[in-house]
Amino acid sequence: MKERLEQVFSAHAGTSAELIPILQQVQEEFGYLPEEAMESIARFLRVPASRVYAVASFYAQFRFSPMGRHKVSVCTGTACHVKGADRVLDGVERVLGVSEGETTEDGEYTLETVACIGCCGLAPVLTIDDEAHGRLTPQGADRLFAKGEDSRQ
Amino acid sequence: MKKDTRSLLVCQGSMCISGKSRAIQEALEKKVAGTQMDGDVEVKLIGCHGFCQQGPLVIVEPEATCYTGVTVEDVDDIVQSDLRDGQVVERLLFHDPETGSPIASYHDIPFYGAQTKLLLRHCGLINPEDIDDYLGVGGYEALGSVLERPDGREVLAELKASQLRGRGGGGFPAWRKWEACLDADGDEKFVVCNADEGDPGAFMDRSILEGDPHAVLEGMSIAGFTVGARKGYIYVRAEYPLAVERLRVAIDQARRRGYLGSDILGSGFSFDVEVFLGAGAFVCGESTALTLSIEGKRGLPKAAPRPRTTEVGLFDKPTLLNNVKTFAFVPLILAQGGEWFARIGTEGSKGTATFALSGHVVNCGLIEVPMGITLRKIIYEIGGGVPEGKAFKAVQTGGPSGGCLPESFLDTPVDYDSLLQAGSMMGSGGMVVMNEDTCMVDVARYFLQFTERESCGQCVHCRLGTKQMLTILEEITRGEGKPGDVEFLVQIGEAVNAGSLCGLGQSAANPVLTTIRYFLDEYEAHIVEGRCPARSCKALISFQILPDKCIGCMLCAKACPVDAIAGERKSVHVIDQGKCIRCGMCEEACPSRYSAVERTSGSLAEGGEEA
Repeated sequence: MKERLEQVFSAHAGTSAELIPILQQVQEEFGYLPEEAMESIARFLRVPASRVYAVASFYAQFRFSPMGRHKVSVCTGTACHVKGADRVLDGVERVLGVSEGETTEDGEYTLETVACIGCCGLAPVLTIDDEAHGRLTPQGADRLFAKGEDSRQ
Repeated sequence: MKKDTRSLLVCQGSMCISGKSRAIQEALEKKVAGTQMDGDVEVKLIGCHGFCQQGPLVIVEPEATCYTGVTVEDVDDIVQSDLRDGQVVERLLFHDPETGSPIASYHDIPFYGAQTKLLLRHCGLINPEDIDDYLGVGGYEALGSVLERPDGREVLAELKASQLRGRGGGGFPAWRKWEACLDADGDEKFVVCNADEGDPGAFMDRSILEGDPHAVLEGMSIAGFTVGARKGYIYVRAEYPLAVERLRVAIDQARRRGYLGSDILGSGFSFDVEVFLGAGAFVCGESTALTLSIEGKRGLPKAAPRPRTTEVGLFDKPTLLNNVKTFAFVPLILAQGGEWFARIGTEGSKGTATFALSGHVVNCGLIEVPMGITLRKIIYEIGGGVPEGKAFKAVQTGGPSGGCLPESFLDTPVDYDSLLQAGSMMGSGGMVVMNEDTCMVDVARYFLQFTERESCGQCVHCRLGTKQMLTILEEITRGEGKPGDVEFLVQIGEAVNAGSLCGLGQSAANPVLTTIRYFLDEYEAHIVEGRCPARSCKALISFQILPDKCIGCMLCAKACPVDAIAGERKSVHVIDQGKCIRCGMCEEACPSRYSAVERTSGSLAEGGEEA
């Protein structure tokens, strides 16, 4: 871990204003923010660890536990909401057997909601690893995962 | 664009990309490359063309032929029929929903006809990843002529004449901010572009960054020269990877061509722009929270009274902070003149407004209209009305800070002041149409859930008030509402709006207050009668199979995730109300020619009567 962190730090001067970009890059590297990494960031920027944690926990982008291999984000923006995003989310939760914010037992999928991905014309929409799938119905969501698993095998 | 050259423009806005428009472009390039047309036909990517509902789009210029719903399989036809033989591919054209006849040119499609594209004039025309395309339409000429002047006073005069109001939603006159920042003391100043487009249901800023990024950079550079700043930041949502990528390409190209960096165009003026990725906090759309975020802190809006951001902003230096659209308007206003701009729009709101039109409307998309146009014209003429023969119920503008307006407000002119007076607001540009199946209590609950999550927690009114309102709204949508709930919601809502520091808190209750004002009967139906008139709230609806319509095809039984549907093939199916989770899968599975699954208001569970 140390070397990978050094690699991230090497592109920065070590001022506290760099905290958010550093957190983003560390998360990009590890998939989440390990506690040890946050302590290293605090030492590198010469700020208290509490400041690092305060900032990391304030912003929705940061996570403190590892992700599944694939990220599923169900959009719950307004357009998606009025077109049945709740039902799509219910459907995906049933198919994957997890609730929002959780990872499947096999570590395959992490299920999240996102406030709006700006594809309102495709509502309701979800993304699997940044690929958008639109105009979904709960049944369509079912099929998506059946198909997704096949194509990945 | 060379003369006699025909262009195949492949829309690569986010929505067309999710329709595989990248593969379509590659296929077109391959197909053209091997033919005699090669050299006379250019295939190029463009930003959002606007007609997202019909995407992926391929446009043929100069004829303005608009191909809709294109797939990779259609590429052969477009190249051979249209490009080689001059025969328009009719089946890919937009067909008028009333007459059924095809319309070839997008200029003739009603969706485009009622629009006035100023801000979006380059979106869907130029390649956003090629600075030469931007230069080809007069890009950076405004910056060039500004830099020949001794200072920014003339820019300020034009901006004042244009009467441009900030496009982030607040509508503060832009020139006042620019003047305040110019007059502020300090050798170091900053220009910050707010691209933290967090309103759910909004994608205007994203589309501009993806379709015309240089216009934003040019506007920021002009701002830098005017107020005396040498450094700019664009604070953009990390959730917009394509916008970030195109911005970075644009910044890199602008630096290499001398439109950004030191000694721009030999003028001695230096200005550079850095992209800052927002980490997902809605409150950072507020100016003081946004600047704190760039400083690497939590985005907690600063306490009042406080100096203006134009005096004490980013790193405590004078800072000019505007929305993406405000900056993108600047090169156009300088090129055409402030007075020209002020002739468009209404008395108090000049120019055009950009909206992301979505929800229950036939034509979802990115639109630009002159200020003062009515909501009705936007929804019915441009948007094509409400689909599937459903009735219109409400239109929502202003996102979580705005409100829902009913049918009686459809003739309201769209401008800052009229919308505010009606209880909604212009906002940044999200416009969501809702049909009769939308429950307005649930819409209020939805927005409160968003605001409660996004409240930074500093102000007691906002932190606890949004939580309280959300709890009450959840109870009402579960059928557990009590008499007095509505009055209590209004009381809390008014307190939250009055007692919060920032724009998020001060407007947090708007979705609740406007739905109570205009749709009180729906609240009462939930609370008093235990029923959801829109048949949307799960706890207050039931599904049943109509014996005279069911043919016993088993489709619903197979679709049911909880095995609540009993019945053999060719015999009428029955839903076990005790097991039913009201997911609606049976309703979806039942073929529309039978429509045997009925959604009813009220609970049928526990042997209860239909309410």
